[in-house]
Amino acid sequence: MSLLRCQELTKRFGGIVALDGCSLEVAEGEIMGLIGPNGSGKTTLFNLVTGFVRPDRGEVLFGQGRITGLAPDEVFRRGIGRTFQLPRIFPRLTVVENLLLPAAGSQGRGSTESSRSRRERALSLLELLGLASHASRPAGRLSYGQRKLLELGTVMMGEPRLVLLDEPAGGVNPALLEIIGARIVELNRQGTTFLIVEHNLGFVMGLCHRVVVLDHGRPIASGLPSHVRDDPVVLEAYLGR
Amino acid sequence: MGPSLIIGAAALGVLTGGVYALMSSGLALIFGVMRIINVGHGAMVVLGAYLSFVLLRDWGVDPFLGLVVTMPIMFGLGVVLELVFVRPLRADREALSVLVTYALALGIEGVLGYLFSADYRQLRVSYDTASFAIGDFRITWVYVYGFLLAVAMLLALFGLLYRTRFGAAVRATMLNRTGAQLVGIDVERVSAIAFGIGMATAAAGGTLFGITTAFNPDSHYDLISRLLTIIVLGGLGSLRGAIVASLGMLVVEDVASVLISPTWADFTFFVILVVALVVRPQGLYGVRVRGAA
Amino acid sequence: MRLSGLALLLGVAVAFPIGLPGPATVNVGVFTLMYVGLATAWNIVGGYTGYISLGHAGFFGFGAYALGLIVTRAHVPAGVDVFLLVPLAGVATALFAIPVGWIALRTREATFVIVTIAVMFMLQILATNLRGLTGGSQGLAFPVPGWGAAFDVPFYYAMLALAATSLTVSWSIRRSRFGLGLLAIRDDEDRARSLGVRTEVSKLAAFVVSVALVGMIGGVYGYYVTYIYPQFVIDPLIGIAMVLMAFLGGMGTLAGPVVGALILEPAQLYFPYGLGQSRLYLVVYAAVFLIVILLLPRGVVPTLGDWLEQWRSHRLAEAQDRPRGDEAVVG
Repeated sequence: MSLLRCQELTKRFGGIVALDGCSLEVAEGEIMGLIGPNGSGKTTLFNLVTGFVRPDRGEVLFGQGRITGLAPDEVFRRGIGRTFQLPRIFPRLTVVENLLLPAAGSQGRGSTESSRSRRERALSLLELLGLASHASRPAGRLSYGQRKLLELGTVMMGEPRLVLLDEPAGGVNPALLEIIGARIVELNRQGTTFLIVEHNLGFVMGLCHRVVVLDHGRPIASGLPSHVRDDPVVLEAYLGR
Repeated sequence: MGPSLIIGAAALGVLTGGVYALMSSGLALIFGVMRIINVGHGAMVVLGAYLSFVLLRDWGVDPFLGLVVTMPIMFGLGVVLELVFVRPLRADREALSVLVTYALALGIEGVLGYLFSADYRQLRVSYDTASFAIGDFRITWVYVYGFLLAVAMLLALFGLLYRTRFGAAVRATMLNRTGAQLVGIDVERVSAIAFGIGMATAAAGGTLFGITTAFNPDSHYDLISRLLTIIVLGGLGSLRGAIVASLGMLVVEDVASVLISPTWADFTFFVILVVALVVRPQGLYGVRVRGAA
Repeated sequence: MRLSGLALLLGVAVAFPIGLPGPATVNVGVFTLMYVGLATAWNIVGGYTGYISLGHAGFFGFGAYALGLIVTRAHVPAGVDVFLLVPLAGVATALFAIPVGWIALRTREATFVIVTIAVMFMLQILATNLRGLTGGSQGLAFPVPGWGAAFDVPFYYAMLALAATSLTVSWSIRRSRFGLGLLAIRDDEDRARSLGVRTEVSKLAAFVVSVALVGMIGGVYGYYVTYIYPQFVIDPLIGIAMVLMAFLGGMGTLAGPVVGALILEPAQLYFPYGLGQSRLYLVVYAAVFLIVILLLPRGVVPTLGDWLEQWRSHRLAEAQDRPRGDEAVVG
């Protein structure tokens, strides 16, 4: 079942065409990788899906509904979460407060959930992420890698159906990278779909069920990681210019 | 009420708008380079006016000529103030700078009040009674001289910004402070000098303002509210915006003064601001920040 | 322990006018409590959301005029009845603040500050020009209650009630999820938005609540001083004073504005006496202002909190040193 469908998305910034009739699909329950050379439109795609930018043309369909052009908070409430290349957390709030902040998604418990059960959920999520000992510290004191984990946790608190990860491996040491990968697998097993933008091809190949390659604003290849890796079109896009 | 009255009012608006453009350009420059709102700019304008006043009263120096003295003094003062009060601010710079510059304004107001009392002053020159007419509307020639000087100074400012190496450094800092640092620009030095230039333009603006308008230490409130409104309308940090907004607002205000009434004229200032904010919060030349990664 | 400390403070505050008679002292108490309330209320928007408003003085005056107009038009007799109408002034200010706040909050950071300044001056102009309504620069007069020597005392309690209300509102906001959203807006508004926080509504709600409290305090102030004039009741210095107090004490904390007000307001009242009518007191004020900003950029309460934490962790480290020494001998 296709969870996210981008249809013919086009976006121009002045003279630059960031996305050029880009269409792709993410199936429910999968971990999909989105790779491509710099400037291929990956982050713009994320911005379009999450409502930070409006497309010039095209539609974004999520589940049964159309989410094109919705505001970011509405997109989150529909069940799509997103992280950023540089982890965006709330430095002056404590770690656990960061997790208590998000509004639960539409299929989550919403406002009927008691504050105690939310707190329990938050604390168990902190356990999962290995941040439980830092719960009451200001989030600004966390290290870079810890912030990435916290950011992921914050998004997960909204119980999203789909999570967009923007370069989760960026600037992360191999040991922590393994942990992040394991967490993603675990969360996926529990039912969350992931769309991951990454440059670290090893990370992508080991983690993703399927990979789509973007170049100049549109997909040029898609399929199993091993197939895509050997595709000459992909190699040319990365190396051949 | 003839059309000449409206044309005359509009002409006056352009002439005073030029002076406001000079004053607000300094404010826009300071914001553009340092990203701080100098709430004390009005006080600095008034300070400039008082400096000219002293030169005129005690040494008989013509205000226009006295600029040769007042502008360097204010420039130096600006650099010192930046070094002492603004540079030490590290975290939360934007919010703190508002408080700091407000404190400076109060300090200046206090000193001026102590030295000159609350009496209204004006820079009276011998040639300020000569006037010309546009239909039924009379305009004194000093407005024109002031306007011409303002234009000359703005041209000099733009020349500095677009034709010198220092100007390039300033523009680079305005566009991207970190990026400028990465190419070796001493942004702190640029900031201090920009602040000094801002003060110098305030001095010039103050003198021109003081020739045509009566002022006292309290006048800075009225001035700063207008200058801030102008730069918001023009788009924070945009010099072009400040100039266009100054001319536009002053023309509207002076025309409103004849069409509606003088008491409501300065209210139109703020009405325009409100309307503009509803329609275009980033101002004429401003950039809308959306915060996407 | 906290609750009993609070009860003690409240007890002292209530007993103050009875224990220390003398209208001059009670007068200081009235203004100090006024600023406790004002700084706390301002903090709800300035400290929690990070949107610095320099125009709160406008709403202070709005509340004063609102109460004044209600009282004079309805011919309310001087006395306690006027106090009962104060909430009405608060509601009026709140209603006015909704469209104003909605427009102002469309802007960010720097622009917002300027817009609030503009709003304040607009209100001042309106108060001056709408002579038929407000009396213009001739002023508006409240009825004068005949409470004789104990004139200041009911005003003291009225201000105490409003200060307590401000604090209670501020405290309950801070504990709530709504308050968490506000603090997140301060740190990273767009990120908060992308996590589902309804930022526009939250900001506006905080603004309206803050301003309504300020308006009510303004109403009592107007009643206290009897005559209100546009330039004295919509006074930028009042606006900046509440900001400075919140700032000195610690923006975004609960106790910060209170501490700031308790330190600065009595000082502010004694300064002009010391320096007479000369404008020099402005210079001293400015100097104090600058010293506070440069030396205590985070405010008294957070800085004390940091010292306490450092002291505590130092003691903890010391306490752990001794047994370790013994183990080394044994091991």
